[in-house]
Amino acid sequence: MEVTINNIRKEFERFPALNDVSLKIASGELIALLGPSGSGKTTLLRLIAGLDFPTSGKIFFGDQDASHHSVQERNVGFVFQHYALFRHMTVAENIGFGLKVRPTASRPPKTEIRRRVSELLDMVQLGGLEKRYPNQLSGGQRQRVALARAMAIEPRILLLDEPFGALDAKVRKELRRWLREFHDRTGHTTVFVTHDQEEALELADRVVVMSQGKIEQVGSADDVYDRPGSPFVFSFIGESSQLPVEVRDGTMLFQGQPIGIAEAGDGAGELFFRPEDVTLVDAPDALFGKVTACRRLAGTRIAEIDIANDGHAPYHVEVEVPLHAPIELGSETRFRPTRWKVFRK
Amino acid sequence: MIHNATASPAKWRLKRPSIIPGFGLTLGFSLAYLSIIILIPVAGLLWRTAGLGWSGFFAVLTDQRTQDALYISFGTAFVAALVNVVFGTVVAWVLTRYNFPGRRLIDAIVDLPFALPTAVAGIALAALYAPNGWVGSLFMPFRIAFTPLGIVVALVFIGLPFVVRTVQPVMEELDREVEEAAATLGANRFQTISRVILPGLTPAILTGFALAFARGVGEYGSVIFIAGNIPYVSEIAPLLIVIRLEEFNYAGATAIATIMLIISFVMLFIINLIQAWNRRRYGNV
Repeated sequence: MEVTINNIRKEFERFPALNDVSLKIASGELIALLGPSGSGKTTLLRLIAGLDFPTSGKIFFGDQDASHHSVQERNVGFVFQHYALFRHMTVAENIGFGLKVRPTASRPPKTEIRRRVSELLDMVQLGGLEKRYPNQLSGGQRQRVALARAMAIEPRILLLDEPFGALDAKVRKELRRWLREFHDRTGHTTVFVTHDQEEALELADRVVVMSQGKIEQVGSADDVYDRPGSPFVFSFIGESSQLPVEVRDGTMLFQGQPIGIAEAGDGAGELFFRPEDVTLVDAPDALFGKVTACRRLAGTRIAEIDIANDGHAPYHVEVEVPLHAPIELGSETRFRPTRWKVFRK
Repeated sequence: MIHNATASPAKWRLKRPSIIPGFGLTLGFSLAYLSIIILIPVAGLLWRTAGLGWSGFFAVLTDQRTQDALYISFGTAFVAALVNVVFGTVVAWVLTRYNFPGRRLIDAIVDLPFALPTAVAGIALAALYAPNGWVGSLFMPFRIAFTPLGIVVALVFIGLPFVVRTVQPVMEELDREVEEAAATLGANRFQTISRVILPGLTPAILTGFALAFARGVGEYGSVIFIAGNIPYVSEIAPLLIVIRLEEFNYAGATAIATIMLIISFVMLFIINLIQAWNRRRYGNV
């Protein structure tokens, strides 16, 4: 099911949680809403589900305007961060709930419900646990029951709110891979909310980066990491350093001095670069600063460098250096970004 | 006997090793306190009743007036507790779910039956529900006050806060997401309430029922003003006990008290069993 979000605005007591958000989700796509807390990502998910209603704007399911449809009418599968299982029901009763509450006309017969439940249990690899109560399951198992329960109603789209947020790191990784396979097998249009960029980049076809109630960038993992569209995305996704620079006559100046990289378009701006996109140089026109700390990171080393700022607090940048590079604490180091981006003021 | 001196690993112990100190002190205090306040008076009651002998006890038990009084006491308390379960749950729902002007005031009013002298409540209710009272006159020729129905009214008044105050905190802790989950699965409001919310509240509602019921069985002050106290019709067991005492028939009075005690104990015990069964099923609800 294709979902189109048109100029959605949502206010909570005059405070805008979402500000003019538009997004097109293709059928069968796996999309991540990524952002810090308070960015409006969960609000957007709840609006799609119909658990909240927009102050203005429209939401389409296919060609159908669903903006004023109730949550029951929308027929979406929603998985909550804390599972929200019915704890007085067994696993099987939980999964079958959505079928049992259907009006008599469309309710499948009991044997059919039982068959569907055991099918879903097998699909989430929990066969044999149908008689258990939720509190007799581990966190990862509960989350899979919640997913099976959401899938039981044959939803038009699947929405997951921080689905792995309450799980420990190892289970989270397993479930992440499992969800990807699950999605590829069932082909449901899936939207999930996360604040974990690793999760979003690894799992999603497209990542929607959000900040302060706005969409900053929509794109594949490569897009948002390699071609960030805004200062926020550059600093939010991955590691980065930033410095105020000025471009004059095609060369970049930092504190009035050329730093040996060319850039078109004159004017002041903010230079962003990633630690791995830096090379150490031995030339007068480069950035330079004192190494204040050096830490080992798997196969490489990260040097933290302070660049003097004329009596103010120094600029702090991080650069990746080869293991064999002669870096000493307190020594002066010269370097240039090899890949960078300047955002104009 | 030497081999007994070595501690056997499977030895039964009163207390498992624990980091929290003071087990001996607090348990000792609790037992002493319970003894002085509850166990010794109850033992005295049984002791006094025993003086009657089996035949004497049996005579009290089979006396029609005793049986009717017990029937009225337990029957009205049961009905009143049922009424309170329904309306107390509704009141708790309104107080926890909605924010409206005067909510805090209503919240405070719920506790009034706790604080008000029960005789005052009885007199006020009797005046209101009497055939010539404000409310009572509306129902004429159907009589409320001075019938068992009047007793129910008084017991509903007395028992309401017990249900509200036990259900309210549990309701406050209900997870909103669970209701939202039910809605996303297609459940309408009625299905969500009857299949998701109420089952979660059952233990609290049962406890509230037990408390309101127990309080109703023992209630004296408010009931005697509104009941009419007609023997065989609207005379409650506690009143019959007082009547026996005034006749200096102490053994007869304690016999009725003992019967009440046994019935109450059995009923509360059954409710506790249901609770324990509930807990085992759903875990630490």
